[in-house]
Amino acid sequence: MDPATAREAATLGIWTFLATEVLLFGGLFTAYIIYRIKYPQMFYEDHLKLDRVLGAVNTVVLIGSSLTVALGISAIRKGRVGLLRLYLSLTILLAAAFLGIKFVEYSEKFSHGLFPGTDIFFSLYFMLTGLHGIHVLAGMVVLGTVLYLAGKGKYSESYHTPVEISGLYWHFVDLVWIYLFPLLYLVG
Amino acid sequence: MKEHESGNVTYIAVWAALIVLTAVTVAVSYVQLGMMNVVVALLIASVKASLVALFFMHLRYGSRLVWGFALAPVFFLILIIAGTLSDTLFR
Repeated sequence: MDPATAREAATLGIWTFLATEVLLFGGLFTAYIIYRIKYPQMFYEDHLKLDRVLGAVNTVVLIGSSLTVALGISAIRKGRVGLLRLYLSLTILLAAAFLGIKFVEYSEKFSHGLFPGTDIFFSLYFMLTGLHGIHVLAGMVVLGTVLYLAGKGKYSESYHTPVEISGLYWHFVDLVWIYLFPLLYLVG
Repeated sequence: MKEHESGNVTYIAVWAALIVLTAVTVAVSYVQLGMMNVVVALLIASVKASLVALFFMHLRYGSRLVWGFALAPVFFLILIIAGTLSDTLFR
């Protein structure tokens, strides 16, 4: 298989994986829609208990991390390994900041007696953001591995498929949050 | 598959647009519009998602095959939501 074909195959592979991810989150989104229609009052009252400002800050953090990944890929396409490592490190830092803010939010909810078992809204809130948080954590592991391998000189201008593939996964994690934030924090 | 390159300036412009749209959607959420709040929020989220997919995920330069792979799950998601709603709404 020539390198270009291999790269196309890898790209289709990650998009296929992302399709299964869409459907994994899709089931929960469907549950959200159905219960929101069934219990509009509960969703309205509960969504006001979420911290809109922290949610917005986390959105900005995650969008920033998508930019740093995109710039990192752009760097390695020009063969600049050092720049790639800098951008990957920044991305991982932003991901950690996202989880840190999420931790603050969860603690705040728990201290107010709001748990996954409180009602259907908080059940969905914790399931959706928890599943998303696991994806952020997985992304940090993936990007950390790519960072390590970049340090070992595995990637160059001519070969960097794993960087591109990991980047696509990371942007997907950002995509999910782009929908989660308004649905949970803004419109309930 | 040739690698087409969006310039870094494009990436930063897309990032700026995403930040502005986030600010807009938060601002709108403080205005009571009734059902329109949901519509506006989902509309803005979809514009943001399209920007991420087209530019950051390089779908803009993707082959027809990649587009097919990217859009197939959206089709199935709509099918799942519509199918489930057609049951629960009319019980």
